Amino acid sequence: MTIAPAGTSGSLEQDDSRSDRLVLEKPRTRRQRPSSQRSGTNFEMYSWIFMRMSGLLLVVLVLGHLLIMNILDGGVNRINFSFVAGRWASPFWRTWDLAQLWLAMLHGTNGMRVIINDYAERDGTRFWLKMLLYTSSFLVLLLGTLVIFTFDPNI
Amino acid sequence: MPAAPAGTLYRGREGMWSWVAHRVTGVLIFFFLFAHVLDTALVRVSPDYYNRIMDTYKTPVVNLMEVGLVGAVLYHSLNGLRVMAIDFWEKGPRYQKQMTYAVIAVVLLVMIPGTYFMMQHTVEEMFGSTT
Ligand code: HEM
Repeated sequence: MTIAPAGTSGSLEQDDSRSDRLVLEKPRTRRQRPSSQRSGTNFEMYSWIFMRMSGLLLVVLVLGHLLIMNILDGGVNRINFSFVAGRWASPFWRTWDLAQLWLAMLHGTNGMRVIINDYAERDGTRFWLKMLLYTSSFLVLLLGTLVIFTFDPNI
Repeated sequence: MPAAPAGTLYRGREGMWSWVAHRVTGVLIFFFLFAHVLDTALVRVSPDYYNRIMDTYKTPVVNLMEVGLVGAVLYHSLNGLRVMAIDFWEKGPRYQKQMTYAVIAVVLLVMIPGTYFMMQHTVEEMFGSTT
């Protein structure tokens, strides 16, 4: 783990590409955000805020979902096709499930992105793991959305 | 593996372990979500396929895994609220340890009746109904 990111302005060893070396800053250098070196946006800050905002909504959506589907009134034992058809007859539950699907997928995918960045140290490994993550998340999100929108109780 | 890090920010104790558990439960929930979207997608294929996959959810072993999943989600959501309290509440950092124990306490308090309701049917099937 690098305490100060290599390449930060003011570090004693400017071009230290070895990430295992402790880089000491000169006193009173302004801390430069690691992400600001590459792009002008604050992507990581928005991601941080998104994790918290989506988490707040997911508390209601996911815990409500688990309470209704798994705990109350017989839990998973009463769930079958007609149960789903009954629920999805109501726009309220379709909206609930759609919001839950999108927020959980985006929140979970972004969380996995952070974890990949933490542990995959080689650039190539990190890149391909994230490509795999984004493609599979995209396909699952697309499938889930289509299922909610095109559900047909008389299939 | 990369060379040994020059220093570590891992501090052990409640703060580190609650983070480890948050990360592990987050990954677990994420992978289950994939499976869950795929199994639910069977409602679009045929009622029979969907009912068959739901029947596997009702078997004892999967039923037990369901209890674990619900516990993991409950922990992740309450600990997520704790993380937000540390970030935004001025006294949050000072009470982070107490909040960790509060999270564990609530998880246990909810999971005891929760496990009962989730397992009730399975137990009755296996050992005969008491009513
Ligand atoms: C139910 C309400 C939920 C709340 C309140 C919540 C809260 C949070 C918060 C605040 C973080 C950021 C932690 C940090 O920045 O240190 C986070 C991370 C994460 N969450 Fe959630 N979350 C919830 C549901 C979910 C769901 C449904 C999934 C899976 C689809 C999930 C997967 C993750 C993952 C993988 C991470 C990254 C963990 C890490 O970086 O260590 N969360 N969650």
